[in-house]
Amino acid sequence: MVKGLTLGNVAISKGGTPLLSLSATVAPGEVLSIMGPSGVGKSTLLAFVTGTLAPVFSASGSVHLDGQDITHTPPHQRRVGILFQDDLLFPHLSVGANLAFGLQVGGTKQERLAKINAALTEVGLEGFANRDPATLSGGQKARVALMRMLLSEPSALLLDEPFSRLDSALRAQVRELVFARASARGLPVLMVTHDAEDAAAAGGEIITLTPIQ
Amino acid sequence: MKTRRLLPILPVLTLLAMLGPVVAGLYGTALPAFGHLPAAGLTGPSLNPFFELFDWAGLPRAVMLSLGVGVGATVIALTIVMLLTAGWSGTRAFRFLECLLSPLLSVPHAAAAFGLAFLITPSGWISRALSPAVTGWDRPPDLLIVQDPLGLTMMAGLVIKEVPFLLLITLAALGQADTTRSMAVAQALGYGRVTGWLKTVFPRVYAQIRLAVYVVLAYSMSVVDVAVILGPNTPPSLSVYIVRLMSDPDLAMRLQGAAAALLQLGLVIGALIIWRIGEVVVAALGLRWIMAGHRGKIDPVVGAFALLASGACAFAVVVGIVVLGVWSFAGFWSFPDFLPDQFTLRNWMRFGPNTLAALGETALIAGCVTLVALVLTIGCLEAEYRHGLTLSQRGMWLLYLPLLVPQTAFLPGLQTLMLNIGADVGRVPVMLAHLVFVLPYVFLSLADPFRAWDARMGTIANALGARPDRVLWAVRLPMLLRPILTAMAVGLSVSVGQYLATLLIGGGRVATLTTEAVALASGGDRRAIGVYGLMQTGAALVPFTLALIVPAIVWRNRKGLRHG
Repeated sequence: MVKGLTLGNVAISKGGTPLLSLSATVAPGEVLSIMGPSGVGKSTLLAFVTGTLAPVFSASGSVHLDGQDITHTPPHQRRVGILFQDDLLFPHLSVGANLAFGLQVGGTKQERLAKINAALTEVGLEGFANRDPATLSGGQKARVALMRMLLSEPSALLLDEPFSRLDSALRAQVRELVFARASARGLPVLMVTHDAEDAAAAGGEIITLTPIQ
Repeated sequence: MKTRRLLPILPVLTLLAMLGPVVAGLYGTALPAFGHLPAAGLTGPSLNPFFELFDWAGLPRAVMLSLGVGVGATVIALTIVMLLTAGWSGTRAFRFLECLLSPLLSVPHAAAAFGLAFLITPSGWISRALSPAVTGWDRPPDLLIVQDPLGLTMMAGLVIKEVPFLLLITLAALGQADTTRSMAVAQALGYGRVTGWLKTVFPRVYAQIRLAVYVVLAYSMSVVDVAVILGPNTPPSLSVYIVRLMSDPDLAMRLQGAAAALLQLGLVIGALIIWRIGEVVVAALGLRWIMAGHRGKIDPVVGAFALLASGACAFAVVVGIVVLGVWSFAGFWSFPDFLPDQFTLRNWMRFGPNTLAALGETALIAGCVTLVALVLTIGCLEAEYRHGLTLSQRGMWLLYLPLLVPQTAFLPGLQTLMLNIGADVGRVPVMLAHLVFVLPYVFLSLADPFRAWDARMGTIANALGARPDRVLWAVRLPMLLRPILTAMAVGLSVSVGQYLATLLIGGGRVATLTTEAVALASGGDRRAIGVYGLMQTGAALVPFTLALIVPAIVWRNRKGLRHG
């Protein structure tokens, strides 16, 4: 079985106009950075991998995760995690409830609470479970969003310009944290960014997309 | 998966619930209009119903009333709203009027009409406030203000309710037009506020609110409850005449009523065509005005007039409700005293039990109808989100269609149709008829916030392993609590205000607060009207208040949703 995330001959077009085509493999613990100017279809590629491509696009090609073809699997069964540039914490839930939403089903109430608290402690936010996410700082929100995603035990992680909203000091710190957590869990990471520094920090292969004429 | 099969049929079901009764009603109107009414032992086709209608001496006046009041109210309300927005949007005065908007909108037409009547009759509050000090009157002067033959008071009654409606629609449209920068450019070029707005923003905004303006025109031409309360009696407007004919014990009168209903439909279609031509003419004149380069010297005057006029509309509704309240508690109250000799609970003791029964009926109907409308609307919007079944621009027309076809054209037909097939009149048919009017408003109210929800939230929740149904129930709906409750309040107030649908489809046996209140119009018992009018307003206003309070309490610890 081939471990990791494989994109086989993925080609996406919008209204008959080809947008991008790509083949790539990301091994567990590795980061593949995809760069390119805005409008080249970077986020569209991630939507194809998560299974949430808008109806205006049409796509061909396949996505394999740990040897399994997930091209036509419903989004919620793909085990593909994603982080956006905004934290997108659910505003109606507390920090703890946000994490509980991500946590896989199973375990007693105490066990689940323990896992949530452990996750918060892991990123230096112990005691934050009952907080309103809107009262957190940008860096704190980013850390909660990361842990929420990791608690759902994904088999791959997608990053959509995940650090571009953070200021430069915070940026390096959060970036390091995300890559460290992902590599500790052996996750293949697919990151799209227009920031060369992010791509360099990832330390993996870099593919630059150019607009198809 | 049950939902996967259920969801795509909801849009079809919604269209059926909205348009089915309209189409069936028009069919049911057309048959008797051409002499076909098996229930009365008559078979067509014949043109006799039309000949009888044209024999009625009051017809020319009734037609002119319908046209004059409808077009007049629409032109005045649209002018006020456009000039107000042009001159004042973004200012503190404008924001104050915005705050008043929801309560003003929720006041039922009938209650607002009664309130206006109580203000401006010769013995009304305004006359009392000025007498005898200013006017020298020690008894009410003999003036025909309410129910004047030209329908001017009726027109005013419509204007005070249509101004808030058009203002709400305009505010929604402003959000999509790039107004701030256009205005900055226009003002930098030396244009006044009003002129600059009319020349740069108005064309874009009007294109967006056009359908709502057509709704106002069609509604104002065919309104019944406001016409019964404020309009002339001899002859009445065409719509009131139709309702009289349809309520006649002699079934044969329905033929003439159906013919009049078709005439009403033709009148509205004709008026809409003329309005459309008027749009082209105004656009051509406007272009010449723009080319001439006038900067707008009298802008401040025009702006002041618009603020005054819209303020007067808001005043008439708000103080009208207050005077309804005063009458409902009034003991002996002689002219020209500003307040009654004593305040008493006697009126409430006397009419209270009946109003409570009517309130129960009103709440039951409004609650059921609104829930059904909400489920269908959320189903449609969720189907659109999951399966990409989007309503096109043409689909928007379908949404507005039940509001554009005059009520007096299809509701009588629906009643006749039910009579022919032997279906019983009563509560459930009334609910279905209310749904025709409630659904579009609930949909229009919820669609924008529902679509504006950040779809990445859904992607995240999916990526966390949540099924589409869980995303809907656990993430999307809780986040949209405030707009959902607002849409419910809109739906409830639309249902509470329905007069004709309740009267005709209920066969006079379903007594809601609105039918009971309008029935009091001819009697002129001001204390009873005060009690019923206040209850009716409360029934529409309380849900709006709850829609504000409930999210504030539920999400009191959630800053991210406080202004959502």
